[in-house]
Amino acid sequence: MLLREVEYARPSSVEEALALLAANDGARALAGGQTLVNVMKARAASPDVLVDLGKLDSLRAISVVGGTLEIGAMATYSQIMASSEVEVSRPIIAEVCALIADVQVRNRGTIGGNVCSNDPTNHLPPLMAALDAQMVIVGPDGERVVPSADFFIGVYMTAAGPGDLLLSIRIPAGSGDAFEAITLGADGTCIVSAAASLRDGVRIGLGCVDAVPVVVTAASTDEDVVREAVRTAGLEPPSDVHASSDYRRHLAEVVAVRAVQKASGRS
Amino acid sequence: MEPQTRLTITVEVNGTSHEHEVETRRLLIHFLRDDLDLTGSHVGCDTGNCGACSVIIDGTLVKSCMLLAVQADGSKIETVEGLAVDGELTQLQQSFSDHHALQCGYCTPGMLMSATALLRQTPKPTPDEIKKGIQGNICRCTGYWNIVDAVTAASGQEVQSHE
Repeated sequence: MLLREVEYARPSSVEEALALLAANDGARALAGGQTLVNVMKARAASPDVLVDLGKLDSLRAISVVGGTLEIGAMATYSQIMASSEVEVSRPIIAEVCALIADVQVRNRGTIGGNVCSNDPTNHLPPLMAALDAQMVIVGPDGERVVPSADFFIGVYMTAAGPGDLLLSIRIPAGSGDAFEAITLGADGTCIVSAAASLRDGVRIGLGCVDAVPVVVTAASTDEDVVREAVRTAGLEPPSDVHASSDYRRHLAEVVAVRAVQKASGRS
Repeated sequence: MEPQTRLTITVEVNGTSHEHEVETRRLLIHFLRDDLDLTGSHVGCDTGNCGACSVIIDGTLVKSCMLLAVQADGSKIETVEGLAVDGELTQLQQSFSDHHALQCGYCTPGMLMSATALLRQTPKPTPDEIKKGIQGNICRCTGYWNIVDAVTAASGQEVQSHE
């Protein structure tokens, strides 16, 4: 398909990328492109300038420092799945990346693109919310660290605004996590998803039920307690062709219980 | 580098180097098909779902409709045209023929590239690994069984009976 005309630049440093984003109104960072290129075809997004982050290899680094896993924003799902650092320090992230779309998409799509696009059906926003991830963002005024609770602002909107770049995501090391979702076909788009973490109490990140991931905490892993916690969260999920609001609310309880039970078996 | 709407890119496609000026909005699939006349890679859905445009870039399987040609600048690209050398089919291609792994053939270029990438990484894949490997490729004719059989046989493994 013929895209609308778009200017393109491929910076070779983060500083150059920031300068390009600052100098051009309507500029947008291009990560793996597995969402952006498609929405550009549909004209749902029409950036004037694409700032391709593909050559910024420093943003692909994955490291563990002092009990914190740090994943560069440009790390692809495939890279995360193959990372020994991720496997040792927070294996759930690799497990969930393996559920995203297909081989081709996993080879190009990035963790940063997934969270920054913040499509409510994306896998990683609820997971990052459950794991209490910290987002390292750089902008014209320098670097700042934003907790996931403040990062996801609305549908397709995050704290990484125009002129900002997400550099990396910091996640505390740990285990005892699980992810469950009702999807359209195997590994398809989520209708409702839940990520559970038992590292620090019982913390559940629910996806597809609001504009941003909803975090629910439960007093125990008991099924009735988890159900009650989700029920009293006051969810008002959207309705669409795949599920009504009521059905999504019901599914949220189901996947939350499944995720917590699975996580219990692992901790 | 200042933002531009046209760029000269250099890519190596199936062993041949090409230098070409392209519009920055040009998708890689159109660069391959229309600029280089390599029409083996197909455009199926143009939404990143069907996988008919799959090619291998620097050893990595990707869908060429979800990549700008300028993003592939400096890379080595393998397309379905690069599989058979001097008309000699690869074991995988012959196996597709032997096991009737295609009917209309539209998905075949993408299926072959996905299976080629899979076999490089996993030389003896299980049927489940094959299904995962071709998950991004849609076939509307075969029901997939014959494709799984063809990849199994191409890897030197016995094809299980479906009786």
